Amino acid sequence: MIEKKIRIKNSAGLHTRPAATIVKMAAKYKCDFFISRNGMNINGKSIIGVMTLAAEEGSELVLTFEGDDEEVAAKEIVDFFERGFDEL
Amino acid sequence: MKSFQEIYRKSENKITGIAAAPGIIIGEAYLFTKEKLEISKADINDINKAIEDLHEALEKSKKELNKIFTIAREKMDDVRAAIFEAQLMILDDPILIGTIISRLKEEKKQPEYIVDDEISKYQSRMILSHESYMKERALDIEDIKQRIIRNLQKKRWGSKIDHNVIVVSESLTPADTVLLSRNKVLAFVTDHGGITSHAAIISRSLNIPAVVGTHNATEQIKDGDKIIVDGFYGYTITNPTQAQIDFFTEKHNRLVELQKGLEELRDKPAVTKDGKEINIYANVDVTGEIDVVVASGAKGIGLYRSEQILNETGEFPTEEEQTLIYTKLSSRIYPNSVTIRVFDIGGDKFRFLDYQEPNPFLGLRGIRLLLENPTLFKTQLRAILKASVNRNIKIMLPMISTLDEVHASNKLLEECKHELKEKKVPFDDDIEIGIMVEVPSVAVMTKVFVEHIDFLSIGTNDLIQYLMAVDRGNDLVSDLYREFSPAVIRTLKHIIDDAKKAKKPVSICGEMAADTLAMPLLVGLGLENLSISSATIPYAKRIIRNFDYKKSKKLAEKCLKFTSQKEIEDEIQKFFTDNKIIRTRQII
Repeated sequence: MIEKKIRIKNSAGLHTRPAATIVKMAAKYKCDFFISRNGMNINGKSIIGVMTLAAEEGSELVLTFEGDDEEVAAKEIVDFFERGFDEL
Repeated sequence: MKSFQEIYRKSENKITGIAAAPGIIIGEAYLFTKEKLEISKADINDINKAIEDLHEALEKSKKELNKIFTIAREKMDDVRAAIFEAQLMILDDPILIGTIISRLKEEKKQPEYIVDDEISKYQSRMILSHESYMKERALDIEDIKQRIIRNLQKKRWGSKIDHNVIVVSESLTPADTVLLSRNKVLAFVTDHGGITSHAAIISRSLNIPAVVGTHNATEQIKDGDKIIVDGFYGYTITNPTQAQIDFFTEKHNRLVELQKGLEELRDKPAVTKDGKEINIYANVDVTGEIDVVVASGAKGIGLYRSEQILNETGEFPTEEEQTLIYTKLSSRIYPNSVTIRVFDIGGDKFRFLDYQEPNPFLGLRGIRLLLENPTLFKTQLRAILKASVNRNIKIMLPMISTLDEVHASNKLLEECKHELKEKKVPFDDDIEIGIMVEVPSVAVMTKVFVEHIDFLSIGTNDLIQYLMAVDRGNDLVSDLYREFSPAVIRTLKHIIDDAKKAKKPVSICGEMAADTLAMPLLVGLGLENLSISSATIPYAKRIIRNFDYKKSKKLAEKCLKFTSQKEIEDEIQKFFTDNKIIRTRQII
């Protein structure tokens, strides 16, 4: 299992468009992918779930990946967070 | 042919409302209701059939949404259309659909009950959140939930609006109006709302006739009824007689003829008979509107209400998204200019805030909210600057009430310029910055404010409301909201004179300027710049080209001496009669 702590970098936060992109990325992989924040644990392959996460700029999230292809999945998705959803 | 009096006065099938957007439409009514669907919690026997039904409803919903998504991408930019893409993804959400199916197997209840219960769980989590945009998001989810349930119940909904209809509704939010205007809407009729409600403003900007404030149109009109909407007089006629149909068809035809004549005015300037030119600009609310503006012969955009982007997307756009929107705007309108009013949120504009203010109109709105949230404000300012390379963008600040707010805003603008210079991003360093005059404290101090800004724009809607202490949305006192009050006219005169003395451009952008009756008075008071909805521009031009500036000046001088609204209104009516100016609604 891979666990990564990340911080939201872009000013608009985790809004609808990046939420959709993340879910699309996660759908390509077999591994489980969860996002947790303030005790709430959300399945990262569920768009409606990710949309309930109100993650504004500066908030901290924990991403967990578990399964065969966890490394590749973690790399692509964590990178996307690090790049501030390509909105910086 | 029966006379007008006979058609209107004697008819018992008319519903009286407020004329909100001009035009005559004869068509089929579509009742747009948001009532809660009845949801059955009944037990089921055939689980496989239920699962099949669910998949069928999901497919049907996808089809409908795909259609809306396509229209949205055509009419709006990609950024705003993204919201529909997310809705489409929900219909394929493996976790959500998986849970619903396993609950179906376990609980053996109607699928509509489980869909409702499961999606509502997510919504209540969104509503609980303290993030401001989450409540809007919960509403978007409501939309998708209703769509699936409706399709499970095999009720048609989306398809009903595939053909041309007149939308009849209790009230319409700005989002409803934009959403519905994407479909083939011939006209709007609503129970609530006034001439300055957002549904009315958006109808005018999209050129869709509207009658609002009918009180009970939704009770008197049934789905599919044939109705006539007269957006000039504010009447709706239900199940019209043949005589009425003939009368309005004739009226409609004359209107088409008149509009052809108005089209000829497009490229002609708004000049009074004695040669004084008035600059007419357009107010812009909706993305799809720019084409209408270009076609209307406006000299540019005098007011771009940027908060409309929030209404359409339901969340704050990023700096890049905003830059894209403003750049498009700037190039589409070039070589003319566009005045972008920074987010005017609060009051009735947007339910964006979590906390309930006891007096929102006297609360944290406009520039006050932006200065409280400098990150948000600076994001917008940087986006505007980045889009300003064509040198045809101006910035306007809403709800200014003190000079300190002007200084604070200028300071933030300077900071943004500095940041861009550091990054070597090009922008217009001489970008003009102006303010809205809508709070009486600014009107009184016009002389002082003009020393610190480049231009002024009078927002009559709020100015009148604050000057007269009348909530224009409150039916009990809305009679006191009067455009032709002696206090209003004297205040306008004071602002215009002080701005002109300082040689600073002053314009008017409230709905008062859209009232063709007010035109001679405004011109007579010395106003040379008007910003109005593009649909009204040809009508305004027609009036202006029909009187002498000298005479309108005398009219204004007279009106400035009057002490009652009645005297002023009578004098204006007399001006129209004496100068043989006919208003459009009298022609047709």
